[in-house]
Amino acid sequence: MENLLINHYEVAAVILFGIGFLNLLLQNNLVKKVIGFGIMDNAVYLFLASQGYIEGRLAPILVGETARAADYINPIPAGLVLTGIVVSVSVTAFSLALIQRLYQKYKTVNFDEIVQLARQKGDE
Amino acid sequence: MRLALELILPILLIICALAVTFSKRLLVSVVIFTSFSLIMSVIWVLLESPDLAITEAAVGAGVSGLLLVYTLKKIHALKGTSDE
Amino acid sequence: MNKMARVKKEKKTPWQRFCAWVNGDAQEKSLLPAEPPKLKKKKAVKPQQKKAAAPKKEWMGLTRFDHIYRVCAVFIGVVIVTVLMITVVQLPLFGSPDNPADNEVVERYVEDGLKETGAVNMVAGMILDYRAFDTFGESSVLFLAVTCVTMLLMRDRNNTDKDEDLLTAREHIVEGHEEDIILIQIAKLIIPCVLVYGIYVVLNGHLSPGGGFSGGTIMGSALILFAVSFGMIRMSRFFSYSTFRKITSSALMVYAASKAYSFFTGANHLESHIPLGTPGAILSSGLILVLDICVGIVVACTMYGFYALFTKGEL
Repeated sequence: MENLLINHYEVAAVILFGIGFLNLLLQNNLVKKVIGFGIMDNAVYLFLASQGYIEGRLAPILVGETARAADYINPIPAGLVLTGIVVSVSVTAFSLALIQRLYQKYKTVNFDEIVQLARQKGDE
Repeated sequence: MRLALELILPILLIICALAVTFSKRLLVSVVIFTSFSLIMSVIWVLLESPDLAITEAAVGAGVSGLLLVYTLKKIHALKGTSDE
Repeated sequence: MNKMARVKKEKKTPWQRFCAWVNGDAQEKSLLPAEPPKLKKKKAVKPQQKKAAAPKKEWMGLTRFDHIYRVCAVFIGVVIVTVLMITVVQLPLFGSPDNPADNEVVERYVEDGLKETGAVNMVAGMILDYRAFDTFGESSVLFLAVTCVTMLLMRDRNNTDKDEDLLTAREHIVEGHEEDIILIQIAKLIIPCVLVYGIYVVLNGHLSPGGGFSGGTIMGSALILFAVSFGMIRMSRFFSYSTFRKITSSALMVYAASKAYSFFTGANHLESHIPLGTPGAILSSGLILVLDICVGIVVACTMYGFYALFTKGEL
């Protein structure tokens, strides 16, 4: 249990992942689903970056001619998360564009209503 | 001081995520999500990743908040304007 | 009637009133008096629409499924969180130096990185030299995203109706006649600073925190601020759809060409024959500066493209 207090970033990341996941499953509003997806993204990034952190070391901006690996934190999670942040903004933009088109067609952003309207149109 | 910040910021993140989930107005949840991104960017500074802090502050708090607000305008969900 | 309303108001706890204020409810006049009262009429309309939809739902037997779905979703969420929490307990401690993620790859990157890439900022050296193909794919993802948004939101005959056309025409007229003087004066002050800061972040990507992605986003937000304050018409004088297409695709092509030669040399080492220069100078670290500029241009154009498509449906 002491580990949970020391690994508090990981614990927060897991809880945020759960909140985002439930948002994605239970919200009826499509915009809120997208926001829940963003929360899940950020939870994963927090988990990755906290794995790369090492107590008492500096950010990987090298000082001096010869660098020792014992002075700097792990740069690999930072690179991965940097990629992820930019991909997540394009995913957000794409899904928001889809939501706008759905609103143009069905005049609502409620998921259940959209499903019903689509089914009605299929019946006719 | 630093330890207190390290404990408070994740709790603030969770509070923000819960507030996004339970707020009724879409604009409120978008604004809270933007502040969520800002708290994330402070956490990146604490985790010694300044690259991520700059990117998160520009992308998460800037551009994706802007895109969400313009989507709300398009779906006529902004309260108090002529678009509702 | 008035008494009833007052009784209702007194029953609310401070917490509920705070929630209502955060949510912007019109009845909470004590905290937020500036709410326009005309909105109540439309509020009365909306629940009726929902009520009309509700019987349909029961008729289709969806209510029971809805309950089962919700219970199952909460159950799955709790199970996932529990499993992940058990994993977190067994993870290596946060911040310990003998974390297995901190292995020989990191050692190699940090110790030989300065010699091999010439970049002082190791993250930029990693994503633009050792893993440059990764970043090329990422820029392509951005380009793909803006292409998809263009497909979905570009205004043409098929996806507009009369109301939308009228609304757009009105906005164009408003844009032409009403110029917000405060916004314009502030924008004149701020836009050059933001642009210069974005260019600084891009050009110093290999020396300090930042790089193509963050600098590109900052430049893109300067473009967005210009479009917001001076209008799309003035923006399109120097940034039209064909300029956007040319700039973005030529930046991507330059990126691809500057890394493609390593395919012909066996693709096992992304070595360039450009001198690396002295670490710490702006003109150093070989191709990283060029790639940073390319990525910055692509990201800036993409961010502005998202904005333009989301607001006006045209670039």
